[in-house]
Amino acid sequence: MKLSRAVTTAACGLAALALAAGCSSSGGSAPASSGANQKVDLTFWSWVPNMDRIVAAWNQAHPDIQVTFTKAAGGDAELTKLLTSGKAKTMPDIAQVEYQSLPTMVSNNYLADISKYVDGVRSDYPDGLWNQVTLGTGAVYGVPQDAAPLAFFYRTDLFKKYNLTPPATWAQYQSEAGQLHRANPSVYLGDTATTDGGLFSGLTQQAGAKWWSAKGDSWTVGIDSPASRKVASYWGALVKQGAVDNKTAWTADWSKALDNGTYLSWIAAVWAPGTLASEAADTSGKWAMAALPQWNAGDQVTGSWGGSATSVTADSKHPQQAAQFITWLNHESQGTDLLVTDGSVYPASLAAESGSALAVPSFVSGQSDFYTQAKQYSKEAATATWGPDVNVAYSAFSDAFGAAATNKGDFLAALATVQQKVVADMRTNGFTVSGG
Amino acid sequence: MAATEVVEAARAGGTAPRRRRWSPAPRRTPYAFMVPATVLFTAVFLVPLGYTVYLSTQKTQIQGLGLGRGARRQVFTGFGDYTGVLHDSEFWHSVLRALLYGCVLIPVMLGLAALFALILDAQRVRFQRFGRIAIFLPYAVPTLIGSILWGMMYLPSVSPFVSVMHTLFGTTSVNFFGAHAVYLSIANIGVWGGTGFNMMVLYTALRSLPQEVYEAARIDGSGEFQIAWRIKLPMIRPSVIMTAIFSTIATLQVFNEPYTIHTMSAGAVSSTWTPLMTIYHDTYTGDDVFAGSAESIVIAVLMFLVSIAVLRLTNRQTFGGESQ
Repeated sequence: MKLSRAVTTAACGLAALALAAGCSSSGGSAPASSGANQKVDLTFWSWVPNMDRIVAAWNQAHPDIQVTFTKAAGGDAELTKLLTSGKAKTMPDIAQVEYQSLPTMVSNNYLADISKYVDGVRSDYPDGLWNQVTLGTGAVYGVPQDAAPLAFFYRTDLFKKYNLTPPATWAQYQSEAGQLHRANPSVYLGDTATTDGGLFSGLTQQAGAKWWSAKGDSWTVGIDSPASRKVASYWGALVKQGAVDNKTAWTADWSKALDNGTYLSWIAAVWAPGTLASEAADTSGKWAMAALPQWNAGDQVTGSWGGSATSVTADSKHPQQAAQFITWLNHESQGTDLLVTDGSVYPASLAAESGSALAVPSFVSGQSDFYTQAKQYSKEAATATWGPDVNVAYSAFSDAFGAAATNKGDFLAALATVQQKVVADMRTNGFTVSGG
Repeated sequence: MAATEVVEAARAGGTAPRRRRWSPAPRRTPYAFMVPATVLFTAVFLVPLGYTVYLSTQKTQIQGLGLGRGARRQVFTGFGDYTGVLHDSEFWHSVLRALLYGCVLIPVMLGLAALFALILDAQRVRFQRFGRIAIFLPYAVPTLIGSILWGMMYLPSVSPFVSVMHTLFGTTSVNFFGAHAVYLSIANIGVWGGTGFNMMVLYTALRSLPQEVYEAARIDGSGEFQIAWRIKLPMIRPSVIMTAIFSTIATLQVFNEPYTIHTMSAGAVSSTWTPLMTIYHDTYTGDDVFAGSAESIVIAVLMFLVSIAVLRLTNRQTFGGESQ
C-alpha cells in the first residue's frame, strides 16, 4: 500500500512535469545540419496570396530542397512575429520582409548576408530597389520581390458622370475635390490619404523628403522636413475645408465608402487592383489608373507604398539552398510568372515586367496598358531611404494624424510629434541621432 | 528500506513496531503531493517573473549606425529602464486613462450585476433561467469578438444607432469616438461583457444565504426592497469586495477592447492608450523588450498596491457597517 502511494505521487509529479514541459516547448525547431547531398527542409513565411501553390510548384521540381510554407497575416503582423522569434532563435529559414522593415531586421542581426549566393541577379532589378536590399552596404539582405510605385486610381463611370478628368497636378486635385464636394455633398474625390504612414511617406518621397539618412556613425531623421511639411499642410487644408473625407483608412467604414461610390478615387500603389477586390468587391472593372498628380506641371515623379523582398534569416542552417529558392521565386521566369498569375504581385524583376504572364487585373479591365504604365511609374519612383524604427514612425503617425484628421486639427503639429517620437525612440534604443 | 526499519524497531525495544513502521510516510508524502503545484508554480509563474525582472535590468548598446554583425549588444543597465519608465509621461498618461476608464466601468458594471442578481434572486420573478443565461451569455463571447461587434456598431456609416438617429431625428452627429465619448464607448463594451460574470458570483452568494433570515424579516414586516437593501446586500459583502478587486485588476489590464477600437480609429484611441497597450507598443513596435519588461514590473507593483487599497477601503466600510 505504501509503495503504491509513492508510485501514484511520483506519477502525479511526472505528469505535472510533462505538462509544464509541454507548455514551455512550442514553436518550430530548426532543421539539423546536413551534408551537401542530403535532402534539405526549409521553412518560409509570406503573406502573398496563393503562395502555397507557388511553393508546391517548387517542391515538385526540387525534391532535394523541400520548402514548408506558413501564411502570415500581413507585413506588420509578420514583422512582429519575426522580431519575437528572432529573440528565441526560431525564425523560419526564409521570410518575406517589407523594404521599410529591412533596416529593423538587419540592425537586430536577424538577416543573413546572401551576397555570395545571388551574384548574377543584380542587373535584373532597378537601382532604387536594389539599394533597399543592400542598405547601401556591400551585403545583400534579400532579393526584391515586388515594386509598389504610387498611382492615381479612379472610377471611370463616376468621373464620366461628374465630368471630371484625372488631375495632373496637386493644385488641380485640390480644386476638383472642392468643387465636386460643394456641388455634390454626398460624394468626395477621395479620402484624406493621411491616416496610413506608408502612403503618407510615399507622398512625401514624391515631394523629395528623406525620412532617414545616415552619415558616418549617426542618423538624421527628416520626417519633419520642408518637403514633408508641404505635403502635410496640403492635406491638412483639404481636410479643414472638408474637400476630402476624414475617415480612417482600412476600417469597415472606409471600405464601404470605397465600395458604394462615396469616393471617386483612391491614391494607392500598383497593387491596388488586388486590394480593391477585397475592400470594394462590387466595383470590379470600374477602375482605371493614371499617374499620381504632380507638384509641378510636367514633372514625372512618384513615391512608393510598401513593396517587399524575400530574405534568408540568420537562423537558417542552409542559407545557400534558401538563396536558391529565393532566386527561383523572384528572378527566374517560372517563379515570377507564378507570382504574377497566382500571387497578384507586381514583380520587381525587370525581365518579369516585360514577361508573358502579365494579364490586366480584372478591377482595371478597361485599361489595356496597365503594365506599361506601371513599369513607367516604377522607373519614376523616388528612392526611398529607411531607418531602423519605421514601425515606430508609422504607429506614431497613425496616432497623431488620425487625431488631426478626425478633429480637423493641426497637421504640422502632428508631423512634429511623429519626428519627436521617432528621435526619442532611436535615442532610447541607443542610436546616435544628429539634430532633433 | 523496510528491513532497516524493522532492525531499528527491534533495537528500540520492539515495543512500538507499528507506529515506527508508519512514521516515514507522513514525512515524505506531503512533499510529494506538493510537487505538481510547486513545479507548475515555478514553471509558469516564478521563472517568467524572474526572467522579466532580469530583462528589465538590461538595455541595448549600439555601435555606429547599428547595422551589420555585432553592432548591437545587450548590456546591464541596473535601474536605467525603471528611471526611463518613471519619467515616461506617455506611460503615466496611459495609467491615468485606465483609471478613468475604471471609474466609469466598475460602478456601472457592479451596480448592474448586483441589481440583476437581486432581481433574479427575488421571489415571483418569471423567466429566471432565461434571464440568468441571457445576462451571462455576453461573458461567453471572447472579448475580442465582442469588441469587433461593438466597434462595427460605433463606426458611423455601418452603425445601426447612427442610422436610427438619422431616421428619427435627421441628425448624423452621434460620434462614438469623440475625445470623451470614447471612454463611455469602451466602458460600454466592458459592462456588456463583464456584468454577467459578476452577476453570477453575486447570485451564487445570494443563493447560499439561509432562507430563515428572510422569513424572520417578512414576519417583522419588511418588503422585498428592504430585504434586498438591508439584509441581502450586507450579507454578500465579501463577494462584492471580491468582484470589486477582480474588476480593479481587470481595469488596469484592459487591452482587447481599446486595442480593437484603436485599429478602427487611431485618432480616438492611440497606440499607447492603456498601460498594457503601452507595454505592447514599446515591446513589439518599438522593439524594446527591456523597457517593456520594466513597465510590466511597474504595472504589477501598481496593481498589487491598488488591490490592497481596495481591500482596505472596502474592509473599513465593512467594519463601519457592522459597528452601527
